[in-house]
Amino acid sequence: MTQLTVEDLHKRYGDQEVLKGVSLSAEAGDVITIIGSSGSGKSTFLRCINFLEQPDAGRISVAGEEIRLVPGKDGHLRVADARQLQRLRTRLAMVFQHFNLWAHMTVLENVIEAPVHVLGVPKKEARERAMAYLDKVGISRFRDSYPAHLSGGQQQRVAIARALAMEPAVLLFDEPTSALDPELVGEVLKVMRGLAEEGRTMVVVTHEMGFAREVSSQVMFLHQGLAEESGPPAQVFGQPKSERLRQFLSGNLK
Amino acid sequence: MIEWSLFAESWPAYLDGLWLTAKLTVLSLIAGLVLAIPLAVLRVSPNRWVSRPVWAYSYFFRGTPMLVQLLLMYYGLGQFEWIQAQWDQGSRFWLVFRDPYGCALVTFALNTGAYTTEVIAGALRAMPHGEIEAARACGMSRLTMLRRILLPGALRRALPAYSNEIIFMLHGTSIASTVTLIDLTGAARNAYSQFFAPFEAFIFAGLIYLGITFALVGLFRVAERRWLAHLQPRKPLRKAA
Repeated sequence: MTQLTVEDLHKRYGDQEVLKGVSLSAEAGDVITIIGSSGSGKSTFLRCINFLEQPDAGRISVAGEEIRLVPGKDGHLRVADARQLQRLRTRLAMVFQHFNLWAHMTVLENVIEAPVHVLGVPKKEARERAMAYLDKVGISRFRDSYPAHLSGGQQQRVAIARALAMEPAVLLFDEPTSALDPELVGEVLKVMRGLAEEGRTMVVVTHEMGFAREVSSQVMFLHQGLAEESGPPAQVFGQPKSERLRQFLSGNLK
Repeated sequence: MIEWSLFAESWPAYLDGLWLTAKLTVLSLIAGLVLAIPLAVLRVSPNRWVSRPVWAYSYFFRGTPMLVQLLLMYYGLGQFEWIQAQWDQGSRFWLVFRDPYGCALVTFALNTGAYTTEVIAGALRAMPHGEIEAARACGMSRLTMLRRILLPGALRRALPAYSNEIIFMLHGTSIASTVTLIDLTGAARNAYSQFFAPFEAFIFAGLIYLGITFALVGLFRVAERRWLAHLQPRKPLRKAA
């Protein structure tokens, strides 16, 4: 079943067009990694999917339901129904580069917050669910700590548990290891690898080429706002067709 | 020579004054805070038509001395015939402004409300953008985000600045004695005129203010430890049960 479809997404900032028609389709269990040099538009693309950025044109469907859009006054698309967007956002959990945990809440409170106050899950059930996910990411003993008292890798694992607790259709990862000290990258990638093996649908923007090559079902190489090349990792990494991808890979696979 | 009899004889009057000071401080702070929370939310609105009126209110009350505001309210309003007419008709709302206690309470509440609005608005603006994005990304409505993420985060962050405001208000209520109220300062004035011992009369009041201030500072230290734990250095992990 198709969990996420993005068709012909466009986005511009002033005169600069950062996305020039990018499409993506994720079936259940797909792990799609998006690679590309900085400024290629990959983070913007991911952020347009759940409307943290407003795309200018394109269509987005989550689990078969299309987000209804109407043109706004400024030329950007506008969401027709804020409620629908809120509902679909609960199906698209996001993990951010800078974790973005809620600082005034403990680890456990962070994880149960949205299930209880957005989805309406009873608190007791949300707590049990949260503990299971915190166990899965190996952080349950810190459940009463505040985010600022944890290392970056631990915070990012909490953020992953927070995303999982929504039991979303698709997990979106926006450079989840880019803000981490090198020795902490491994623990987060290990968790993500585990999620991929469980068959979760994931879209991952990353600079971790090893992860992209070994874990993803599909790799998309973005360059200057276009999907320059995409396909199974063996093909993208093994036989890159375009010169730009070859250059990018030779710079990133030392 | 210390006039010890002043302490012995007038402490009940000081106690009554202290009670009025406490009432004025606590009630105006509560009213001011209740006023300030929604106003702070409006104050940070990107819509100028919403934020400007709040800005004008807070600018007026922070830009003029509270004593002038109190005198305006207590002596100034009675000058208008329309308000006198309301008094003659026995309008319960307007009669508040003929009563010195009512005037003081309203003035103090509006004054602390203005400062508190700015304190909370500042804390709302300082909310890390990423936390707001995370709330949007998990499908929170604006109201849920305000209620669960923005205000809890901002009110905690505002705590140290707000504790100053509370102490300022405690001290600020001393001007109530200029509109015939016998608060702690008013009691000191009375004792002074009774015993002609100004030093004893005012040092007694001063020491009581000092004592309350110390107690409040201590209270806020406890509150900050409780609600700002997430911004403080890590304590050793307690053993998980």
